[in-house]
Amino acid sequence: MREKETTLYIGPQHPGITGNMMVKIKIKGDTVVSSSTHVGYLHRAFEKLIEQRNWLQSFTILCRFCVPEPDPMELTYARAVEEIEGREVPERGKWIRVLVMELARLQSFMLWYGGQSGSAGLYTLGQWSVGDRNYVLDLFEELTGGRVYHMFIWPGGVRRDLPKGFKDKALRTMDYLEKRLVQYNKLLFDNVIFQKRAQGVGIIPKDKAIEWGVVGPPLRGCGIKSDVRIDEPYEVYDKLDFIVPTFEGGDVWARALVRREEIKQSISIIRQVLEKMPEGEYYNKIPNPMKWKIPAGEAYVRTESVRGEVGFYVVSDGTERPRRVHVKGAAYTHAFTVLDKILPGQNISDVSFILNSMGACPPEIER
Amino acid sequence: MSFFDLKGLLQPLTGIRQFGNKPHTIKFPDQTKKTADRYRGLHYNDLDVCIGCGNCSTICQNAAIDMIQLDGIEGKPGDSGLRPRVDNGRCCWCALCVEVCPTGSLNLTKDYIFVSENPDDFLWIPGVKNPEGKNNLSFTSTTETSLSMYQRVPLRELDPHDRVKSFAEVILGYNEEEARLEAQRCISCGLCTEVCPDHMHIPEYINAIAQGNDDDALRIIYDNNPFPEMCGKVCTRRCESVCALTHRGKEFDPGRDEGAVAIRFLKRYATEAYPTAEKIKEIVNPEIKEANGYKVAIIGAGPGGLTAGYYLALQGYDVTIFEARAHAGGMTFYGIPKYRFPEDSVDKQVEYMEKVGVKFKYNTKVGKDIKFEDLHAKYNAIFMSVGFQKAWNLGIENENIPGAISAVDYLGKINAGESYDVGKKVAVIGGGNVAIDGARVSARYGADVTILYRRRIEDMPADWEEIEAAQHEGVNIITQAIPTRIIKGDNGKVKAIEYLKAEMVADDKGGRPRPVAIEGSETILEVDTVIGAIGQEGDYSFIPETFQKKIQIERGRILVNEDMQTGDSKVFAGGDSVNRRADAISAIADAYKAVKAIDKMLMNK
Repeated sequence: MREKETTLYIGPQHPGITGNMMVKIKIKGDTVVSSSTHVGYLHRAFEKLIEQRNWLQSFTILCRFCVPEPDPMELTYARAVEEIEGREVPERGKWIRVLVMELARLQSFMLWYGGQSGSAGLYTLGQWSVGDRNYVLDLFEELTGGRVYHMFIWPGGVRRDLPKGFKDKALRTMDYLEKRLVQYNKLLFDNVIFQKRAQGVGIIPKDKAIEWGVVGPPLRGCGIKSDVRIDEPYEVYDKLDFIVPTFEGGDVWARALVRREEIKQSISIIRQVLEKMPEGEYYNKIPNPMKWKIPAGEAYVRTESVRGEVGFYVVSDGTERPRRVHVKGAAYTHAFTVLDKILPGQNISDVSFILNSMGACPPEIER
Repeated sequence: MSFFDLKGLLQPLTGIRQFGNKPHTIKFPDQTKKTADRYRGLHYNDLDVCIGCGNCSTICQNAAIDMIQLDGIEGKPGDSGLRPRVDNGRCCWCALCVEVCPTGSLNLTKDYIFVSENPDDFLWIPGVKNPEGKNNLSFTSTTETSLSMYQRVPLRELDPHDRVKSFAEVILGYNEEEARLEAQRCISCGLCTEVCPDHMHIPEYINAIAQGNDDDALRIIYDNNPFPEMCGKVCTRRCESVCALTHRGKEFDPGRDEGAVAIRFLKRYATEAYPTAEKIKEIVNPEIKEANGYKVAIIGAGPGGLTAGYYLALQGYDVTIFEARAHAGGMTFYGIPKYRFPEDSVDKQVEYMEKVGVKFKYNTKVGKDIKFEDLHAKYNAIFMSVGFQKAWNLGIENENIPGAISAVDYLGKINAGESYDVGKKVAVIGGGNVAIDGARVSARYGADVTILYRRRIEDMPADWEEIEAAQHEGVNIITQAIPTRIIKGDNGKVKAIEYLKAEMVADDKGGRPRPVAIEGSETILEVDTVIGAIGQEGDYSFIPETFQKKIQIERGRILVNEDMQTGDSKVFAGGDSVNRRADAISAIADAYKAVKAIDKMLMNK
C-alpha cells in the first residue's frame, strides 16, 4: 500500500503539554517525518507587562511563566534586581530561598511523574504522584500562604519567616515521600511497559546537546554534568552536600533516571537546609514600593529550574520601573528547536511522551 | 529484556495495596479543608480602621481594587470616606495590598470558597460582604513585615547647650540625602491635602523631591503658597496629623510625630535648596499677566497680605501693601522668634514678591498715616489681613505695672531689634506656642524661666517639639497653676507672682477635664518679669465707624462670605481676624480664595 504523508496537530490543547502550544507533525504511516512547533496561543507579553509595573509589582507576574515550577522565576528576578541595586539578602533569607527552590523542584518532579507516566498510558502513578504532590503543596501553603503560585521570594529576601512547627512537618513529609518513591519505582521504572517505551526513544545525541542549547535534566541525561547550582553556586548551594546525577543515553529513559535521582537529592537538600538554617533576619526590607528606584545598570542572572537553566536579563534606567526584562527559559530550546530535531523518525505515539520528557513549558517560550 | 520479564510485569501489580490507604481527597461539603494559618484567601477589611487611603488600589497590579463610597461612612479629616472594593475575578491573591496597607486594616482570611451565579457578586467590598472574616484572618501584616515605612528620618538640630546662647536657627533641616529618603516614605494618598487649609499639592511636591526633582517641587509649592519657607519652618501642619503613616507609626514614635511624613520639613528642604530670590524667580518663572489697570490695596504685610499681593500681581493688578511696621512678615516676623524663623528667610521671600511687582509701603499705619476711606476711594478693591495684635489681659491684680508684659509685645520688641530687660527670673503664663516662644527667648537672655499653665502638660496647645525644646533649654514648666495676682515690689516693679494649685476635674458633659483651684494652695514665685501669653485679639480701630458697620465685625471677628468678601463688596478680609484657626497657613488659604474672588469681581468673570 502506498504511504501517504499526513499532517497532524498535537495541541494547542493537549494533556501532554502544560500550557497552550502546538506541535505540527507530518507523518508517514505512524512514523514522524518532520515536526515544527507553533506557539502564539497564550501570548500575554509578560516581559512588556513587567516593564509597565514597578520593581515590586511584577513579582506577581513572574510566577505565571511556569505553572509547575514558578519559584525559579521569582528567585532569578529577585537576584537580578538585587545585583543591580547592590541589596544584600540576610543569611536566613538565603536558606529559606533554597528551601523554597528545592520544595518547588520536588513538587514539579512529582507532577512530571504524572505527565510522563500518563503519556505512556500508565495512569495509576499519575494519580499517586499528583496526590502526594499535594503534601508538598501543603508545605507551601504553610510557608507562603499559596499552594501553586507562591509569590514568596522577592527582592531583599523572602516575605515571611518559617511558621511554627514547619520543620517537623516538612521532615515528616520528606520521610513519607521517600517511602513513596520506592512504590513509584515499582510502578514506573520496574515496569516493563515504561522500560520498553522509554529506552532508545527521543535520543539527543551527546555531541549535539550543547550545540543545540540543551540544558537541565535532558543535558544530564546525555551524560554531561551541568547544573547552575554547582557551576555557579548561588544563595547557599555551596554550603550544601548534593550530587548532580548524570546518565548516558540521551533518551527518555536517561532523562527519567536523572529526574528520579534528583528527587532524592532534593529531599536530601531540604533535610540539610532545615537542619542547618541559621536564626536571624530573613528580609532586607525595600523602601516604599511606589517610590522604589533601582540605580541604572544591568544584570544577567541564572538559576537552575527543573527544566534547566533559567536566565533573567534585567536593565534599569534608574527609574521606578525596569527598562527591559528578558527571560530565557529552558523550554525555548527544548520545545522548539530540539524537539524539531529529535521527533523525525519517532513513532507517532511517542510524540507527547518525548515532549513530556523535555519539560516543555510554553509560557517560557512566549514571554 | 522482553515482555515476558516476570518482574517487570508483576511489580506494577503491587500498587494494588494502595487500595487500603487513606485517600488524599476530602468529602466536601461534609468535610472542609483546613487552610494554613498564613493562607491567602478572600479579603477582609476592618472598615473602622481603614482610612480609605487607596494604597491597596494603587499597588494592585491587576487593577482589581477600586475605592468606592459606602453608605454610612462619611469622609472626615484623615479619612477619605472611601473603602476598597475587590474584584475577585481579577485578584491573584498576591496580598501586596496587605503588605502596603498603612493602617493594617486590609488582610486576607482563611476563607476560599465563594459561589454565586451572578457575576456582579464577585465584586466584593471586604468587611461588608464578610463581616465574619474578622475572626478568620490569616495573611496579615505587622509593622515588621509591612512595606510602609513608619519611621521618620531623624532631623538634625543644634545641641540644647549651644542653642540657648544665641538666636541661631535651632532646627537644621534635612540635607539632600535625608530629604530624598524621607520623601520616599510618602504613599501619595492625599489625605493631607484635604486638611491643609490651603490645600497645598503635598503628594505632588513630595513626589518631586523623592524623584530628585527639586525644581518641580518648588514650582508645585508656589502654585498656591507664596510663603513656603515660613510654612516649611513654623507651620502648624495639620497635614501631618492625618498622615496615613501615623496610625501604626505610633508604635515607633508615640506622642510625637507618630511616624507622619515630615511634610513641613520637606517643604522647607525644597525652598532652602534655592538660597536667593533671583534663583526662586528663575525656577518658578511665574507668568505675570499684562497690567489690567485695576488697583488693589492690601492692609497688613503678614502671610495673608503677602499671599494676596503675590497672586494679584501675577494676575496683572497694581498691588500695594500697607504695613504699619518697618518690616514685612506680620506675626511671622514680629511674633515668631528668630531661632525658629530667621529674618533672612522672610527677606528672601519678600524680595521675591517685590520682583514680581508687589509694592510695599512700610511704616504706614492705615487710620493714622493714611485714611481707610481714602484707600476705599482710590482703590478698586481692598484686602485686609491685619491679624490679632492686642494681647488678652490676664485679668489679675497689678498686671500693668513695669515688669509685666504681654508675650506679643515682648516678642515684637525683641524681633524689631529693640531690647527689653527681663531680669533674672521670668514667669510666662500660658501654654500655647506664643508662651513657649516667650519662655525660650527669655532663656536666651540668660533668665531662669518658669511657665505657669492651668492644665496638664498633655493639654498644652503648643507643639510637642516646642515644649520639649523649651525643657531641654532649661525652662521649668509648672502645670495646674492658676495665677491669682502679681505682687508689686517697693520699687513699683514686679516682685513675685502668686498662683493657686489646681486639680483636674472631669467634665460632666464629656469635655476635656477642667482645672479647679485648690483653696489655700497659694504659692508665691519670686520673679522679675511676668510675660502673659493667654491669647490675642484684633484691633479694628483703624476702620471708621461707618465702614465698620457696613463691613460687619462681630465679637472681634470680621464676617465674610465664602469668597472672603465682607459686607462692603469692595472689601475682602482674611487671616486671624476672620478665621478661628490662628495660623499662617489659614491666612494664606483665605488670601488665595480672596484673590480669586477679587479677580472674578473686577474682571466680571
